[in-house]
Amino acid sequence: MVSEEDVAHIAAITDVGVDASELKLFTGQFNAILEYFDILDSVEGGNGEPVGPTNIFREDVVVQSLSQEDVLRNSTDPEDGFIRAPRVI
Amino acid sequence: MEKTFTFDRPDPCNAFIKICENITYGEGPLSGISVGIKDNISTSGIETTCGSHILQGYIPPYNAHVVTLLRSAGAAIVGKTNMDEFGMGTTTETSSFGPTKNPVDPTRAPGGSSGGSAAAVRSGLVRLALGTDTGGSVRCPASFCGIVGLKPTYGRVSRYGLIAYANSMEQIGPMAANVRDCALLYSVIAGYDPRDGTSVDKPAPAPVSPVIAGKKIGVPAEYFGEGVDPAVAETVTEAIEKLADLGAEIVPCTMPSMKYALAAYYVTSMSEASSNLGRYDGVRYGMAPEMVQPWHEAFSAIRRSGFGEEVRRRILLGSFALSAGYQGKYYAKAQAARQMVRDDFARLFAEVDIIAGPTMPTVAFRLGEAADPLSMYLADILTVPANLAGIPAISVPCGEAHDLPVGLQLMGRHFAEDEILSAALAYEEGSA
Amino acid sequence: MTVIIGLEIHCQLNTATKLFCGCSTDYRDDGPNTHVCPVCLGLPGSLPVTNRQAVIYALKVAKALHCEVPEVSEFARKNYFYPDLAKAYQITQYDKPLALGGYVDIEGEDGREKRVELTRIHMEEDPGRLVHMGSGDRGRYTLVDYNRSGIPLIEIVTEPQLSSPKEARRFLNKLRATLEYLGIYDSEREGSLRVDANISIKGYERVEVKNITSYKGVEKALTFEITRQKGMIRRNAQIVRETRHYQEARGVTTSARSKELEHDYRYFPEPDLALMRVSSWVDEIALPELPDARRDRFMKQYGVSLNHARTLTGDLGLAEFFEEIVGDSPEIAAPWTADILLGELNYRDMPVSKVPVQEYRELLDEAGSGRITDTSAVEILRLILNQVMEGSDPEKPGAIISRLGLAKESGESFREIVATVLADNDAAVSDHRAGKNGAINFLVGQVMKATRGKADPKEIREIIDDLLKE
Repeated sequence: MVSEEDVAHIAAITDVGVDASELKLFTGQFNAILEYFDILDSVEGGNGEPVGPTNIFREDVVVQSLSQEDVLRNSTDPEDGFIRAPRVI
Repeated sequence: MEKTFTFDRPDPCNAFIKICENITYGEGPLSGISVGIKDNISTSGIETTCGSHILQGYIPPYNAHVVTLLRSAGAAIVGKTNMDEFGMGTTTETSSFGPTKNPVDPTRAPGGSSGGSAAAVRSGLVRLALGTDTGGSVRCPASFCGIVGLKPTYGRVSRYGLIAYANSMEQIGPMAANVRDCALLYSVIAGYDPRDGTSVDKPAPAPVSPVIAGKKIGVPAEYFGEGVDPAVAETVTEAIEKLADLGAEIVPCTMPSMKYALAAYYVTSMSEASSNLGRYDGVRYGMAPEMVQPWHEAFSAIRRSGFGEEVRRRILLGSFALSAGYQGKYYAKAQAARQMVRDDFARLFAEVDIIAGPTMPTVAFRLGEAADPLSMYLADILTVPANLAGIPAISVPCGEAHDLPVGLQLMGRHFAEDEILSAALAYEEGSA
Repeated sequence: MTVIIGLEIHCQLNTATKLFCGCSTDYRDDGPNTHVCPVCLGLPGSLPVTNRQAVIYALKVAKALHCEVPEVSEFARKNYFYPDLAKAYQITQYDKPLALGGYVDIEGEDGREKRVELTRIHMEEDPGRLVHMGSGDRGRYTLVDYNRSGIPLIEIVTEPQLSSPKEARRFLNKLRATLEYLGIYDSEREGSLRVDANISIKGYERVEVKNITSYKGVEKALTFEITRQKGMIRRNAQIVRETRHYQEARGVTTSARSKELEHDYRYFPEPDLALMRVSSWVDEIALPELPDARRDRFMKQYGVSLNHARTLTGDLGLAEFFEEIVGDSPEIAAPWTADILLGELNYRDMPVSKVPVQEYRELLDEAGSGRITDTSAVEILRLILNQVMEGSDPEKPGAIISRLGLAKESGESFREIVATVLADNDAAVSDHRAGKNGAINFLVGQVMKATRGKADPKEIREIIDDLLKE
């Protein structure tokens, strides 16, 4: 069972704003879904041996970068070649 | 020599998010053939939204590998097709740009998440379309709209430029009204791409011809079990009998791992998605953030307003499944279950050439019918095993139930697309 | 109170391209966001592919530091939000790092060799760079440059086995020298070596100090943090397990917001990248001569003392410079280079690469021949280094000697100067005769002053004794 606090905590670490009205709805849905996921409890073992493609590398050869114009094109109000972001400190 | 393609058809089903102006095409195997591209595939200079407000206005500065291949094959790219937001849905109703209607019955959903591509093909707006299939998103709408859709082997088609939902499972796949067209598009997009580290270097696909005689077809009991509409099961059973009539040997079998498949799929896809979708914060592209403090609030606000409810639900659940204290219970167990699914297929494919069953347990849903999230997820039960194991699977129309299309699903060994395309062609043409 | 220090060292690898894309790493003279592509900008749909050379460089370090390379290693995603992190996750390694174990031998507190064990070495990508603007309206946002985004890093993690800031500095000097010798990193590049430290007083909680951007700041940061922790213990205040940031300008550490939730990184294997099975590559990697081997060779080949050999091999440029100038007089070249030249260079913050080889060799020859005194030689060295710093061509030592008349004084004129000094300092002469310690030193000093350093103090003493006997 997850609580509304659990959901609020996850919302905080994922920067997914969840307001009070949604918290109840999400919590109820999550418990139904997680209860379904509990079937995995009867699976033996954990992550196991990793599988998949192995040793795919590229050579250390320079490829043309995007133009600064293309890099900035999709950002809002770039300044002197920099991209703007909310202040972090 | 670039030529101009004229496209002035109405789109009453809302199959497209964007129809291109100044459509051109060149020489090649797809010269002048109209193609729709799902809106999670990057198109240089053409807005690519993934069906989400958060990417509105985003113009990729580069082409996905498949788009480059289509262009050099001479295709006329008509536009970007509608989809469930970031591929997260089974109806195309979670799109930020309104639902797509099923051309077969406009009161029905086309399935999802590649519903726009399926509707565009079914209504004849384009001859070919690209969809993407993470847990059935090509095959489900193909089944619901009565067209052909192929999910290739994982690694067969480059994902470079495909906007990720669940990287370890998804593939771009061809959709068309018939098997030959589907195979044609597949032959153009399949191939090795060094820019995708999971791409596999294999010889080009062989031309398809109707071949089914002498093939062993496994039919797992689980594909006709609880939750499968009996009318759908009956239609598909008849289709499998037709394959037997054409000379295939039918082998009843079981897939015990099926009981874990859906949970394994959702835990894995939500976990990967929660990470993939972290980058949508408005800084580099898409909706612009308010420069407010603290900055977490700026990010939360934009992700709150830019993402729809289903996307936020999956980000939260996926983050939960990866979080400290829960990873062992959810993510790790899902990987173990995924290995069981691979093992089941490996065991079966030692005995049979193809595995057959329904693509979807039901026919197309009514628009707005989707109730709670969990029952929506359950609809993917028959398609997710192929994604978990990375094997190719095709949905081919096989008649109707409740006057709506039903899809026959054929799954093959890794990189045996030719085999399932040939079998599907034999079924479609009624010859072997 | 026993101090326990563990270090995490981030080192930028000097590959031509970034870790997961083909963008050039050489962006120093270019504007912001000019070495960026869909991959390192985190554009939707972009995919990483690992740079083989970066893996080889990391393995080279692993081999040099005696690590074990497991059969399988894997990249993982570390999920967190920060505007310099283009994808909201950093591709790093988690439970399957490239290399495990290993060690670095350093000179311990007691002067004997001390083995510092390593926990692991893993590979990861550097985030972009934030530029904080002023206050007011511009203070509401941060500027981001993604040129650094995707630069390959290795993170070297030590066991908590260092017991003082001094030991930590020695460890870092040794590690830095080794990395330099391996040719996998550019020591001249700002921020190419960055350090986080875990510091605790035995029996108390451990504190992580991040953001030590210059490796020279490490000793200062550690000293501050240890003093802070000891002070808290003395005041009976509780040390909390937390992350602190080192503020280089003020030389202090300050508490970072210790929100627990920030530490749930939700690691999982990077699904876009292949597994690495590269343990067999290690055998094919050839290592150059490393600092310890070169130190031993210097002692054997040149008869240099342990301390001098350590110093001379502690920096690749210095070691190579030494071998270039040593000629057949190591007994002069070693102390001059390790004791005098290095001090003068540090004082000027001047790299050894700027020292004019010809002039320096000539100077050593002059000093060795006894034509000038050591005092004069130092004066000439300073003059030459200053000329280089000013950007002018350095003068030949021979020319300087003539120009300033620095040739060692001797003969009759010299005896006259000594005689004058003795005559002018009756009191000191009496003191010396009375056996008072120090009087002779004063007299020698007076002679040195009168000759502007051109006299050999030993010779002066002899002449003083000689004259006083008369």
